[in-house]
Amino acid sequence: MTYETVATFAQTWGLVYFALIFALVLVYALWPGNQKQFDEAARIPLEDGPLDDGENKND
Amino acid sequence: MAFKHEILEKNSILLTLAILVVVSIGGLVEIAPLFYLSSTIEKVDGMRPYTPLELTGRDVYVREGCYLCHSQMIRPLRDEAERYGHYSLAAESMYDHPFQWGSKRTGPDLARVGAKYSDEWHLAHMNRPQSVVPESVMPPYRFLNDNILDGRTIEAQLKTNRIVGVPYTDEQIAAAKADLFTQVDEYADGFDGFMARYPGANVRDFDGDPEHLTEMDALIAYLQMLGTLVDFSTYEANSEDNLR
Amino acid sequence: MSDSSARKGMGLDVITLGLFLSVMALVSLFLTANTHDPLMKVHAVILLAASVLGIVGLFMRAAGGLNFDQSRYEEGIIKAGVIATTLWGLVGFLVGVIIASQLAFPNLLYFENIGWLNFGRLRPVHTSAVIFAFGGNALMVTSFYVVQRTNHARLAGGVWPWFVFWGYQLFIVLAATGYVSGVTQGKEYAEPEWYIDIWLTIVWVTYLLVFLGTLWKRKIKHIYVANWFYLSFIVTVAMLHIINNISIPIGLTEHKSYSLFAGVQDAMTQWWYGHNAVGFFLTSGFLGIMYYFVPKRAERPVYSYRLSIVHFWSLIFIYIWAGPHHLHYTALPMWAQTLGMTFSIMLWMPSWGGMINGLMTLSGAWDKLRTDPVMRMLVVSVAFYGMSTFEGPVMSIRAVNSLSHYTDWTIGHVHSGALGWVAYVSFGALYCLVPWVWKRARLYSNDLVEWHFWISTIGIVFYITSMWVSGIMQGLMWRAYNSFGFLEYSFVETVEAMHPYYIIRAIGGLLFLIGALIMAYNLWRTARGDVRKGENVPDAAPLSIAIPAVQ
Repeated sequence: MTYETVATFAQTWGLVYFALIFALVLVYALWPGNQKQFDEAARIPLEDGPLDDGENKND
Repeated sequence: MAFKHEILEKNSILLTLAILVVVSIGGLVEIAPLFYLSSTIEKVDGMRPYTPLELTGRDVYVREGCYLCHSQMIRPLRDEAERYGHYSLAAESMYDHPFQWGSKRTGPDLARVGAKYSDEWHLAHMNRPQSVVPESVMPPYRFLNDNILDGRTIEAQLKTNRIVGVPYTDEQIAAAKADLFTQVDEYADGFDGFMARYPGANVRDFDGDPEHLTEMDALIAYLQMLGTLVDFSTYEANSEDNLR
Repeated sequence: MSDSSARKGMGLDVITLGLFLSVMALVSLFLTANTHDPLMKVHAVILLAASVLGIVGLFMRAAGGLNFDQSRYEEGIIKAGVIATTLWGLVGFLVGVIIASQLAFPNLLYFENIGWLNFGRLRPVHTSAVIFAFGGNALMVTSFYVVQRTNHARLAGGVWPWFVFWGYQLFIVLAATGYVSGVTQGKEYAEPEWYIDIWLTIVWVTYLLVFLGTLWKRKIKHIYVANWFYLSFIVTVAMLHIINNISIPIGLTEHKSYSLFAGVQDAMTQWWYGHNAVGFFLTSGFLGIMYYFVPKRAERPVYSYRLSIVHFWSLIFIYIWAGPHHLHYTALPMWAQTLGMTFSIMLWMPSWGGMINGLMTLSGAWDKLRTDPVMRMLVVSVAFYGMSTFEGPVMSIRAVNSLSHYTDWTIGHVHSGALGWVAYVSFGALYCLVPWVWKRARLYSNDLVEWHFWISTIGIVFYITSMWVSGIMQGLMWRAYNSFGFLEYSFVETVEAMHPYYIIRAIGGLLFLIGALIMAYNLWRTARGDVRKGENVPDAAPLSIAIPAVQ
């Protein structure tokens, strides 16, 4: 294994791989169908009521 | 209900696995090749494993946290070459477990401090740094004079270093304890054998106290060899092997 | 629901923990009896005492009837974590002030025959106390709180979370007593020796299991993004810790070990670890705090949940590559340095994405910055995050790094992140948590939060500006040439020139410590249920958290 072979591999397939992963994350995050789920998820901290009514209440 | 719960469980495991995969890649690409690419460490003459006394001194250096204020890595910059000497090679720390390149120079770089000052200077400096460098912010290490070495673990120290890759020979390990004491006494019986095992090593009483073998002896012995091993007269920085 | 009933007495968790502690007691007894290494002996005795105390404590609690009511959140451990975070914070800041003063006044604060008070031994005490003790406890306590609240599930594992808590405190005690007595591996931020590392690994894996176990019990379908950040912090720190600390002890009853890697490979592994201790301990975990506490305190959802997803994956992917920027111009091969620099610059984007997400969460509620000092502390922490994640990529550029490396500029950069971001976001979380878990309507005093905020902010400004000046000045002095072509300054002249800035830095640290003391007092009075007399109470967040959020 020489420096050149490693570098060539990294500069081609490595780049493709990075771009692909980033595109996948963007697609997941921006997919219109996920909007509702994310809107609900964003409210989770605001709705962390007690586990059961009457117990452990503070917020 | 049970089925649904199982899918949810799997999701958190999937998330954990995805995180693990994503965070593994960078380390694999940056670290693994350093073990395989032959160009990582230069080919040099003169590198040898530390003598038992130098190794003990190095352990004191590590224990006292010297690396928090002193680097051992001269960068290839003009001012550093003039201030400290030839830039540091990877080969020069190839027996360093752990490396002590450091990250901060509250005090000067020590990569080539060996043979630059006298033993007496080092002793005075260690006892009270401000006695020789009035503006120094370094702490005193006078207590090292009181820490007598008995060599209880020195053989184990060399053996362990061999396990992690330092090429100590069986002979060096067998003689470790004797060599520890020989290095401070040039009239010792084992002198010739010691010099054969560690060519070029300094042999003398380092701390001005010939009665005792102390941590001060060890630390000064270590400092006095730092950066002196590689033979730069035979080192070709621009040879095919050493371009990195 | 069968799992919601209260359970008393000996469960599987109590039996397994009891067995584990018994094994630990036997191992430490063996070590105590067999070691010839005085430093190892001290630690073996501490371990033995800890395991015996653990067994006694476990039996007393089991005899008193353990109550793990699945219909209630575990809040005792939150209280313990809040106390531990506050106390360790004070210890860490105090040691920081001491070592800063040692560099400013070396003639007053060093003693020739007391080695353990030297800078080299106390410095790891400071870094470990603030990063692992203060920061680690802040992360543990907030993660235990957030994972319960956002998943509507009680902490999993019965008594095991308490093992995580006390085991982690034991790790800190072993590490700190080790440093001062000379037990260290000599790798920055990874100083604890092999047996302490093994102990931390056990505690950490248990922490991961408790966290995952709670996720498995969740009643909410989606795992909230704060938990992603916490999970990545726990998983990645485990990986970094285990790989960077691989070493071979010189004997099973000896404290000393030699790291498996040497020289250039060890350097790369260490800074892969070191930089990702910043990335995953001090960033990812604390972003978990941001993604819960900022929306919660502002009473509005995070600005963009989509952005938080992109933020998460790009941050954890890119961060892991940034380590080699600590090794510019060293004997590390150039290709690795270049990779590290490239990814460090790319890192600017996800970092600022996260900062924007945190700050914009306040859009429409900016008035809270004026009325709620806790909100202000949280927001300023995010602003400091933005500042230091801009400075970082700049310093990772090789040309800039040739000036900044080895100087105080790096120290200043670290502290703008550590004081401004990590500590402030933790303070904000503590100010939120104490009224929440001690069931108080409001803090003891909002005025004292104001005092804390302004005193420590001035402290931070003193700290980072003095370090910028001394760092850049020293870097320039090192490379200065006179008209004859010789180096202009000797090394010690550059040390002398830094003296005034070291004094300013020590004052800055002292102010930060004073601020934290004010906070500790305020939190203590809040927990007691006191309200400061005569204080002007605006209709700020502390009261309105009592009102349930309505969608």
